[in-house]
Amino acid sequence: MTTSTPTTSVEEPGGSGPRAGSYYGNPIPYLPIDSYPGKIIALEGTDGVGRSTQIHLLREWLEVQGYGVVETGWTRSELMQPTIELAKSSNTLNKLTFQLLYATDFADRLEKEIIPALKAGFVVLSDRYIYTAMARAGVRGVDRTWIRNLYGFAIVPHLIFYLRIDEKTLIRRVLQSRGMDFWESGMDLKLGDDIYESFRAYQRSLLKEYASMADEYNFRILDARRKVEVIQEELRRQISAFLAESDAGSPAAT
Amino acid sequence: MLNRLTTPHELPGKLFVVEGIDGSGKTTQLALLAKWLSAAGHSVVLTEWNSSALVKAATKTGKKKNALTPMTFSLLHATDFADRLLYNIIPPLKAGMIVLADRYAYTAFARDTARGVDRKWVRELYSFAVKPDMAVYFRVPIEVSTERLLARRVKLKFYEAGMDMGWSSNVVESFRLFQGKVLDEYDRLVDEFGLSVVNATGSITEQQRTFRKLVSQHLEIKDDHEYTDDLG
Repeated sequence: MTTSTPTTSVEEPGGSGPRAGSYYGNPIPYLPIDSYPGKIIALEGTDGVGRSTQIHLLREWLEVQGYGVVETGWTRSELMQPTIELAKSSNTLNKLTFQLLYATDFADRLEKEIIPALKAGFVVLSDRYIYTAMARAGVRGVDRTWIRNLYGFAIVPHLIFYLRIDEKTLIRRVLQSRGMDFWESGMDLKLGDDIYESFRAYQRSLLKEYASMADEYNFRILDARRKVEVIQEELRRQISAFLAESDAGSPAAT
Repeated sequence: MLNRLTTPHELPGKLFVVEGIDGSGKTTQLALLAKWLSAAGHSVVLTEWNSSALVKAATKTGKKKNALTPMTFSLLHATDFADRLLYNIIPPLKAGMIVLADRYAYTAFARDTARGVDRKWVRELYSFAVKPDMAVYFRVPIEVSTERLLARRVKLKFYEAGMDMGWSSNVVESFRLFQGKVLDEYDRLVDEFGLSVVNATGSITEQQRTFRKLVSQHLEIKDDHEYTDDLG
C-alpha cells in the first residue's frame, strides 16, 4: 500500500491498521469524524449465507435492549440504485465502471446514512460492506492497490462478521433461492458458455478472495452452515461483549 | 500500482486534451482544431466530459435534487470517464485515430479538490487513465471568463458555479469564488502533469494558431494538405 496515514494509525489490539470508527485512508477533508458514539457492525459473506435474516433478528434484539439501529445495504442508495439496476440489465458494464458505481453508491450511503447515524449514536447494521466490492474486484483482476485506495474514505467497522460457507453449500443455496443470474455467475468474465460451470468457478474464486481478506481486515469468521438460531446466538454473544465493553467506557451506560 | 496517467501510452493513435475553466474558450478552440485535422485527412473523434449514457440518470437525479456531495459528484464523474475511456477513447486510439477530449482527468483534479475532496485520493482514483499526448490548458483570469459567460447570457449552472458549497447565495459571486479555487488547482497541475499553457485572453485566431503549432509537433505531417496513406 502506498497510502500511509499518520493521523489514523492508532492500533487496534490484535489487529493492524486504522482504528475502528476512523477512516481507512486519508479522511474525507470536509467530513472529519471525531470519536462519534455510534458503532458499525458489518455482516459480510457471499449470497446464500443468510445475512438479511440475521440482520433482521439482530435489529429486533438490539432495539429491545434500547439501542437505536440503522440498517444500510449494498447498492441501496437512493442516488444509485436505479442506475446500477439499469446498468446491470443493459450489460454494458465493465470491471472499472462496475466498481465505480458501487463506490458511488457506498459514498452516498456513507455520507447520508452511516456518518449521521454514527454521530447520533446509532448502531449501524451493514448488510455487506466494502469487502464485497473488493472480493468482486479481486476476482475480476482489478488492481488491488487501486481498489484499496478507492475505498480509503470508508470507515473501519467496529465489528466485521464474515458468514462463511463452503462452495457446495453456497451453490445449492443460491440455486434453491433465486437461481443464477448473469453477474452472480460471473458471466462477464467469460469463463465459458456453460453457465453452471461459470457460476461455480466464479463463486469459488469469490470465496478465495474473502478468505484472503480475513486477516487483513480482522474478520470474525462464523460458520454459516449452521442453523439460523445458532448463528444468531453467537452473533449476539459477540456483539453483547463488544457493546458492554464500549458502554463501560461511556458515562451514559445503563 | 497503476500509473498510466504519468506513463506515455503505446497506442498508435494520438490523444489531445483541452482544459480550462468555463468561459476559457477551450470548446471553441477544440472545434476549430478538429476542422483543421479533418481537413488534413485525419480521422478525428471528439469526446466530452460527463457525457456517457451510463451515469446520466444518476447525475440528473442528483443534480435536480441537489443531492450530490463532493465525493459522489467526484465518483460519478470518474464512472462517466471510465465508461468513455473504455468505449470512446481507447478503441479509436487503437485504431490509430486522433481523439480530442474536451476536459480530462485534470478537470476532476481541479474541481473535486476545489470542492474539498482529498487531492491525493482523486489522483489515485484516475490512475487508470491514459496519458494524453498533449494536454493544453487555456488559462484565463476569472474576470474574463465571467464576462464572456454573462455576455453570452449563459445561465450559470448550480454545480458549475459551486453553489453546492454554500459560499454565496449570489450565483455570479459563487461562480467567481469557486472558479477562483479551480484556477488555483489548475496552476498546480501545470507543473505536476506538464500541461501546455495557452493564454486564453488573446483573439480566437491567435490562440488557434498557437494551438495548431503545439499539436503539429505531435503529428507526422507538418503540412496541412499532406496525406499519409496511399489510396492503392
